[in-house]
Amino acid sequence: MTDTEAAADVPTPGRPQPSGPPASRWSALVARVRRPGTPLGRHLRGLVIGAVIVIALLELVSPFRVSQITTLSYYVVACAGLTLLTGINGQISLGHGALMAVGGYTTALLLPAGLPFLVAILTGAVAAGIVGIIVGAAAAKLHGPYLAGATLALAVGLPGLALAFADTLGGEQGLTVDVPRPPAWFADAHFFLFGSDPSTTQYLAYIGALVAGLVLFLLANLHTSRYGRVWRAVRDDEVAAELAGLRLGRLRVLAFVVSAVCAGLAGGVLALATRLVAPSGFTIVLSLSLIAAVVIGGLGSLTGAVLGSAVIVFLPPLVTGLGARAGLSDVQAAELAPLTYGLVLVLVMIFAADGAAGLVRRLGGRLRRRQGPGTGPPRSGHDAAQESDDAARRTS
Amino acid sequence: MTSAVHQPPAAGGPGAAPAFAVEDVTVRFGGLTALDAVSLELGAREVHGVIGPNGAGKTTLLNVCCGFQRPDSGTLSRAGRPLAALAPHQLVDLGIARTLQGVGLFRGLTALENVMVGADRHRRAGFLAALLGLPRAEADRRALAERARSALAEVGAADVADRLPAALPYPVRKRVALARALVAEPEILFLDEPAGGLGSDDIDELAGLIRRLAERATVVLVEHHMDLVMAVCDRITVLDFGRVIAVGDPAAVQDDPAVAAAYLGEESARGDEGGTA
Repeated sequence: MTDTEAAADVPTPGRPQPSGPPASRWSALVARVRRPGTPLGRHLRGLVIGAVIVIALLELVSPFRVSQITTLSYYVVACAGLTLLTGINGQISLGHGALMAVGGYTTALLLPAGLPFLVAILTGAVAAGIVGIIVGAAAAKLHGPYLAGATLALAVGLPGLALAFADTLGGEQGLTVDVPRPPAWFADAHFFLFGSDPSTTQYLAYIGALVAGLVLFLLANLHTSRYGRVWRAVRDDEVAAELAGLRLGRLRVLAFVVSAVCAGLAGGVLALATRLVAPSGFTIVLSLSLIAAVVIGGLGSLTGAVLGSAVIVFLPPLVTGLGARAGLSDVQAAELAPLTYGLVLVLVMIFAADGAAGLVRRLGGRLRRRQGPGTGPPRSGHDAAQESDDAARRTS
Repeated sequence: MTSAVHQPPAAGGPGAAPAFAVEDVTVRFGGLTALDAVSLELGAREVHGVIGPNGAGKTTLLNVCCGFQRPDSGTLSRAGRPLAALAPHQLVDLGIARTLQGVGLFRGLTALENVMVGADRHRRAGFLAALLGLPRAEADRRALAERARSALAEVGAADVADRLPAALPYPVRKRVALARALVAEPEILFLDEPAGGLGSDDIDELAGLIRRLAERATVVLVEHHMDLVMAVCDRITVLDFGRVIAVGDPAAVQDDPAVAAAYLGEESARGDEGGTA
């Protein structure tokens, strides 16, 4: 220990000197956590911070809020996948609700067979991924309105399968899902940490948050990797992308499959959270909500997917509650939600076309500029695009 | 010198197959014959100009060379190997790069990222590494960024690495686009009107760059700017109405009466295009 410190005090030419006093090892660690050197480090830090916030919320808020967080978690999973497809790769999908149905129904069918729920959810994701290969292969050849139309047909048509195969899929009534009870190790750990037994609602919320956290982490890795870069290249200029040796078709199908797997996972979590999968749960409205969340949040941004999902999940009950308190009848108050929803979408389009994530970024940039120079230039453009070469930015 | 059409290739050494060859290629659009039995042979490390009046078929020829346009008849070959059904995405692996008329940068990517996409063939990490954020993917990213950075430096655009294309002046965008083609380390580089919209200083710099590139690659220059073409090309192919009307070194082509005839009456129009845009 003293040896290494002594060595560190002697200036050696080939080696960078620690900038602070001997105690700087701790501050170096702090600095690394505050400013991780690699995208992976940044994403891991985000994962940890997110986990702390979510755990705190799940332990502190009311059971109703906890179940809302579960809802939020599957919206986040689906929207994160959709923003990758639509924002990063430029393919629109109005059919992601149907892909969620594939995941949800697969999960609901496998759970009674005695499979662990994680296996069931993952199988549902794989099933949605397989559907994604088929739809994606068709989508790779379609553009703009044609793709929108094809995926819209998927959203309308696929839930109909549940009616056609009513014996297995439960028809209009759907399938009920047996919710897994918290296992003993989870209950013990929870009791040890928080001094209370976890409710099933809490357990489900933890599952949803875990899935959402992992999906966000993995997709953030993809965003900053070669794939994020070439997906955006394919989106921006097909001819130039092809000349760079990129295989447009394959990359588009891959984006669709990744996105479909996310939708499948989201469907599985939805099945657990709502304890029911039925055609009425996977209507075109769900598909449109997802695309609305992605647009409100800011196309192509994972942060935006989270913010947009939050708007979709929390805004309607908030507005309905406000309406009821203002003396409107229940029916009238319920009508407020879609109205506000449309209004928010229009306002976002007019005042912040890059969505909530863009708004946050611009405000952040303004704040940093006000603090004075030396804090680095404000980031412009799409955040995923900008984040991907952070290391390079710092050296310049 | 009109007989120059069927001369053997000037470069590549005796007996060696040309680095890239187009033989008897014909392309028809409906009743219009865009290319009529056109042949083009490129030697190693040669700067080859392709010129001709507007509508002569220069861009069509380029599109055939890059697999965007399937010829109705005729063959392509790379270093003696025939290329049957050439698709654009295969070019990179054949050591061929092309810049686009205009700019063609990815607008949502920074200059550096644009060039990194050009360097994509040098990647090593696969999908799983990218998904999990393995060190392999990070090492890959750094390596590609390093290549991209030096390509940007080569074209004199190192200082704009972190800017989006929309924030760059037109000539700088063209430099970035050139860097994106260079970074793939092509053996044959097709430049589609690289001087279009550039001022005379930029064009002088471009001429120097093209000569430097010729030390390691074959450069094909499709260009209207005659001073540039005459200054940098080893050989020139002149197209008119889809036919090759002359092939030879700049001096020979300039003295060719057929070339003069083809350009007669275009003199004033060319003067406009050659200037700054």
